Amino acid sequence: MSDPATTRPLKHMGDLDYSVVQQCMHCGMCLPSCPTYLETRQERNSPRGRIALMRAIADGDLEVTREFGEEMYYCLGCLACTTACPAGVDYPQLFEHARAEIEHQGVLFTPGRRFWRWLTLRQIFAKPWMLHAIGRMLWFYQASGLCALVRKSGLLRLLPEYLRNLEPSTPAVRRHFSAALIAELESPKFRKYRVGMLTGCVQDLTFSEVNRDTVEVLLANGCEVITPRDQGCCGSLHAHNGDLDQAVVQAKRIMGQFDLDSLDAIITNAAGCGSHLKHFSNLLKHDPDYADKAVIWDGKVRDISEWLVGIGFRKPEGDSISQKVTYHEACHLCHGQGISRQPREVLRAIPGLDLVELENATHCCGSAGVYNITQPEQAAKLQKEKIACVQRTGATLVATANPGCHLQIQNGIGSMAEVKHPVSLLAEAYRSERSSVSVE
Amino acid sequence: MKESLNVFSTDSPAYLRLSAIVGAENILSRPEDLIPYGFDGTAALKESAVCVVLPRTAEVVAGVIRFAAAEKIPVVTRGSGTGLSGGSVPVKGGIVLCLVHLNRILEVDPANLTMLCESGVITKAVDDAALPHGLFYPPDPGSMKISTIGGNVANNSGGLRGLKYGVTRDYVMGIEVVLPSGETAWLGSKCVKDVAGYSMKDLFIGSEGTLGVITKVLLKLVPRPKARRTLLASFDTMEAAARTVSKIIEKQIIPCTLEFLDRKTCASVEAYAKVGLPTEAAAVVLMETDGHASVVEEEAVAMADIARENGAISVEQAADEAHAIRLATARRSAFSALARIRPTTILEDVTVPRSRLVEIVSFVEEVAIRHRLDIATFGHFGDGNVHPTILTDETDHEEMERVHEALSEIVDKTIALGGTITGEHGVGLAKKAFLPRQFDEASYSLLKQVKRAIDPHGLLNPGKIFDLDGADS
Repeated sequence: MSDPATTRPLKHMGDLDYSVVQQCMHCGMCLPSCPTYLETRQERNSPRGRIALMRAIADGDLEVTREFGEEMYYCLGCLACTTACPAGVDYPQLFEHARAEIEHQGVLFTPGRRFWRWLTLRQIFAKPWMLHAIGRMLWFYQASGLCALVRKSGLLRLLPEYLRNLEPSTPAVRRHFSAALIAELESPKFRKYRVGMLTGCVQDLTFSEVNRDTVEVLLANGCEVITPRDQGCCGSLHAHNGDLDQAVVQAKRIMGQFDLDSLDAIITNAAGCGSHLKHFSNLLKHDPDYADKAVIWDGKVRDISEWLVGIGFRKPEGDSISQKVTYHEACHLCHGQGISRQPREVLRAIPGLDLVELENATHCCGSAGVYNITQPEQAAKLQKEKIACVQRTGATLVATANPGCHLQIQNGIGSMAEVKHPVSLLAEAYRSERSSVSVE
Repeated sequence: MKESLNVFSTDSPAYLRLSAIVGAENILSRPEDLIPYGFDGTAALKESAVCVVLPRTAEVVAGVIRFAAAEKIPVVTRGSGTGLSGGSVPVKGGIVLCLVHLNRILEVDPANLTMLCESGVITKAVDDAALPHGLFYPPDPGSMKISTIGGNVANNSGGLRGLKYGVTRDYVMGIEVVLPSGETAWLGSKCVKDVAGYSMKDLFIGSEGTLGVITKVLLKLVPRPKARRTLLASFDTMEAAARTVSKIIEKQIIPCTLEFLDRKTCASVEAYAKVGLPTEAAAVVLMETDGHASVVEEEAVAMADIARENGAISVEQAADEAHAIRLATARRSAFSALARIRPTTILEDVTVPRSRLVEIVSFVEEVAIRHRLDIATFGHFGDGNVHPTILTDETDHEEMERVHEALSEIVDKTIALGGTITGEHGVGLAKKAFLPRQFDEASYSLLKQVKRAIDPHGLLNPGKIFDLDGADS
């Protein structure tokens, strides 16, 4: 073996039931769905190849090596294979446990990597106050003109190349975060439902207006909305990046902020969060205090468009937005949650909006959480393909329901099209309804 | 050839010679690279190669074969590794020759209705390339979205449309093949009639990589059918379903598809594909007719009537083309979808003359009860090709013994009914032990004579289909 591998006993992969690995009967149906396999045409870069490596590790035929670690971080975690898999393999679980094992074994260890992981996973995204403080600083940096100054000064050359390349695509942080835009309790005229609202972490800082739009749409459909303060990250970021221990902490924390019994649903508008939030029962199954509660929690989490279609949302009237829109399916909405039809129904309900289908709408745009930071080359390829497809539609609006995809597509397409969350478009349609009524 | 196991340290002379031929970037030899090539789509078969070679041209393929012949290292050729008989499982210590990069379509010839392509082209891509010319490549194995045309030819793959359109062999007009000597031969032509010499291409079609490495394929295309109708009939007994199929054929209607799924298969497929398959009926038959619009219309009505006359509980028509495609796609996922039920899915491929269908299906049901096994059955009723699928767990040794007993009995019954042990998956490793039961001594030994004549040193895919006694492999 070319790599020195540590020989600590398996922790996270040891927790996995063997039947989860065994579920893969390596038929190969996943291959044409996998972006990394299609890129290299090598089996190890495919879902069944990665599962074969996990199985070899479980069987004791392979150790957790650096090569294995790199392979599992080359995987986008887009879950396209989950949709393609007739056998129902639980790839998300395999993926998370494999990455957690890689971190536990430390096969990718470098001091720099350890520092960045500690700073982001254990500090910034573990502590809401710190996230907000960083958000404030970023906002000041961008809004004050300091950002332009720094860019001009050449100071950026002090940064490592990958960070320098990334700097222009740093999301613009909003002046007001969700808590400033949304009251803790907002009630509609006639209450039919009572729902909890998840504000997310990235969403909260960079798309707080999407959160506001979500609340408005909920109110317009008879939902009373409870939005707890200082929610922080739900732990999706941690689970997808090999920190299952911290994901457990985050999950318990966020569950504690909602009074489950009094709520009909818990609403999320970020696909990446939703696909994680719906599987707390898996994450917490060994915790006697949380296991049962997590099952109830999973049953109440709803993506906003899923919830709206489920309750039969009111179709807006008038002719507010006459634009051509196309819909990019966030991986963690279509593959992670099986939600494809509902966002389109929301878009079709908006008068004047012309929905044109996007070629390969379910293909990953390359954002994939922090993939565009960790694997910039492959991410850029996928972004390019996505943008080319968008351009072929001739749409001036791209609807998508995940902050990562939103940024990735907006950065790629520039001023040629505007990217919006479907719920924002619906909110806009409701608003223009009201203004036209008041004019009459 | 145990010594070859150590040959591939990256500074060994053999490795350097091989990398001079294919380029080091096209050789995989680390364990993390090799493990995912240790299997194909067949359950419970695994072996480790010494390296995987991914050539980009036919010339390089020939170079690799010459290298392997000189070094006496066995070679197993593969495409996407979706085979269902273990035919492309590596030989221990051998080379895996993976042809997925030979994926160029070289010519579509609408004047002669042919297509020339490299062997690593994906099956579906062949049909996609025929489409703009109004042409059609009918063979559609379950894995058509990822299987390679070379793999299809090497295994003479079937599919859902076999009843009307035949199998891969019926569409191969010529092949380019690298022989075990490293020489390249072209066999066949664009001529509809061609009787020059032995029909050598036919020897290589279905030879499962034991005689040569197919690098190019000349395919026959047919006009694309103008219309298509898809029906779904459900029955409360298997017999009623089988009787309906027999009656349709008796009435001389040859639809392109007559697929059958039992209750268990329907439930698994529906759980995955959610296309509205009935999950309560004992048997469902998916029927599809294609061709001229008026004929298609007539045949669809006639088939629906026959189904009702023979006890169908319901007969439904696919809402539109998209729904029809979803139904056929769902059917293609049957084997993999069955893996939802138990950890190991062992798929059989027995085929009987169509008139004996009811007998083999009933026998499988009886075997399942007698051996206390979970067996789901689906398949191509129109071709007499059924896929009894044993749902089991390879780690349960006691149960696996019963599985082997059951398999053996199903094989014997098939042969007694005048059938064959494999209709479309090939013999490979999985059915090797059963082959002598089907073949008489003269025909079994003929197989080996052919192998010895073309591949005297047992270089290509040794140990597949049969063992060569006394061979140096």
